[in-house]
Amino acid sequence: MADVLQARHVSLHAGTRLLLDDVNLSLRPGEVVALIGPNGAGKSTLLRVLTGYQLPDGGSISLAARPLEEWSNEALSRQRAVMRQRSGMAFSWSVEEVIAMGRAPWPADDTQRVVHEVMALTGSDSLAGRDFCQLSGGEQQRVQLARALAQLWHKGQPHGWLFLDEPTSALDLYHQQHILRLLRRLALTGTLSVCIVVHDLNLAALWADRIILLQGGRLVAQGSPQQVLNETTLTQWYQAELKVFSHPEHPVPQVWLQQ
Amino acid sequence: MRRPLPCQTLWLLGMALLILALVASNLGAMRLSIAVLWQVHDEALRHIWLNIRLPRVLLAALVGGALALSGCVMQGLFRNPLADPGLLGISSGAALAVGLSVVLPLALPAVLALYAPMLAAFLGSLAVTLVIFFLSRQGNNSLSRLLLVGIAINALCGAAVGVLSWVSNDAQLRQLSLWGMGSLGQAQWSTLLATASFILPASLGITFLASRLNLLQLGDEEAHYLGVDVRRTQRRLLILSALLVAAAVAVSGVIGFIGLVIPHLVRMWLGADHRWLIPGSVLAGAMLLLVADTLARTMVAPAEMPVGLLTSLLGGPWFLALIFRQRRETDG
Repeated sequence: MADVLQARHVSLHAGTRLLLDDVNLSLRPGEVVALIGPNGAGKSTLLRVLTGYQLPDGGSISLAARPLEEWSNEALSRQRAVMRQRSGMAFSWSVEEVIAMGRAPWPADDTQRVVHEVMALTGSDSLAGRDFCQLSGGEQQRVQLARALAQLWHKGQPHGWLFLDEPTSALDLYHQQHILRLLRRLALTGTLSVCIVVHDLNLAALWADRIILLQGGRLVAQGSPQQVLNETTLTQWYQAELKVFSHPEHPVPQVWLQQ
Repeated sequence: MRRPLPCQTLWLLGMALLILALVASNLGAMRLSIAVLWQVHDEALRHIWLNIRLPRVLLAALVGGALALSGCVMQGLFRNPLADPGLLGISSGAALAVGLSVVLPLALPAVLALYAPMLAAFLGSLAVTLVIFFLSRQGNNSLSRLLLVGIAINALCGAAVGVLSWVSNDAQLRQLSLWGMGSLGQAQWSTLLATASFILPASLGITFLASRLNLLQLGDEEAHYLGVDVRRTQRRLLILSALLVAAAVAVSGVIGFIGLVIPHLVRMWLGADHRWLIPGSVLAGAMLLLVADTLARTMVAPAEMPVGLLTSLLGGPWFLALIFRQRRETDG
């Protein structure tokens, strides 16, 4: 259990409001975990707590068998990277400059090489030399993902924990598929653990090994896509009328809304 | 987005500043060329060049660089191209203290009385800097709160200076309003060294924080994830740039425009990377104030114009022209 992120009985309050309530989970290398749940369920808050940005009121989080609070911020920055929903830049930076910022925790000698590698992987090499501020939302997402990957890049492959908050929200179909396939493939190297917040349940079903369903700050369901994405569970927690079918080509559920 | 190589550009700027400084030190109420100084062993001429011209030129470069650097840090910290050194209320704190010293003069010994406005300005700006320092140590959204505090300090001090000008006599009023237009007439080796002893270490400190300031551009949370101690970095940058403004304002009064515009111009030219932007802004700010001050003391010689007026008069149209040219380029 040396390289597992483990959260035990994690809770967090904002005033009297309970944002997270007794959350238990673990993230293992080699795995893609999707965090789903209705709006305001606490997904982004949970991400902030798991990444060490916010300390929980109760419970504990450990990373590689060491409590998170014992990690120095610098050491942590070489082990986990985060891509948030929106991040803009006030001034004009080139795509390469933004991605190179992901190398800040590392010695500068191989910055150029790593930047090229992650740009090619994420399909942002076609954006080389462009001004980050003038990219479309989807293009910015690809660049930010490249930056997060660059942060974890070590000896030709990614290591550690990658947290992504809606990385595909502005991507077209081609790039949704491209990025999720990429994350899947990178996780399979066995040294990377991916945790994605997604709204699109069908994407989660296709590419996640495990799905965690949050509602009202509580972890209400957890398991394989088949276990979590069923009509009873989803109707109960999302309050939407929907049908669950099987994907025609893959053994995973797909969720369809009713008119 | 092809940009010139930053290193070469910085060298060019440095050389240009050196040449400007040499030329500026030869110009004045009396023309002194270096060649003449070298050949003619005239103690009086040498004295003028060494003890009047040289400190003045160096002070102009020092203050110009400090103002531009402080503006550069403010814009980076607030991620806003409209931020400038006046934002935190440091110069208005200094203005208030100067107003007090002018309108309510203390019985100071003659030596101190000469420096009274300068000491007052320094104490005033230091007081505001301390307020900023203590505020920045507490609270979460400290940066946006500081902005509001700065607005409040600006308004308060502005009103208090207004009251002082209202009760002052004509001579005091003139002294007060001239201070508000900035002047480098206080240049001597002693004031130059005192100013430099604040500005040089503060600038060095900021240079060391340049790459962290770059990471802050991604956002506070992103910078934290990249291993930056966000609060501490912000606090250090804030205090260092407040010190820069305090030292500059104390010796030269209020000189506007440089802190707002120079970082902007250099950013258009060298890009947003603070590792280049910081030295570039320092050099360009030094050049602008040097040119403005040389004009200020030669155009109406033997009198002097307030240099703060000239920086805006010179820089304003140039800046406007640049903005319009840039618009045409992006539109066409």
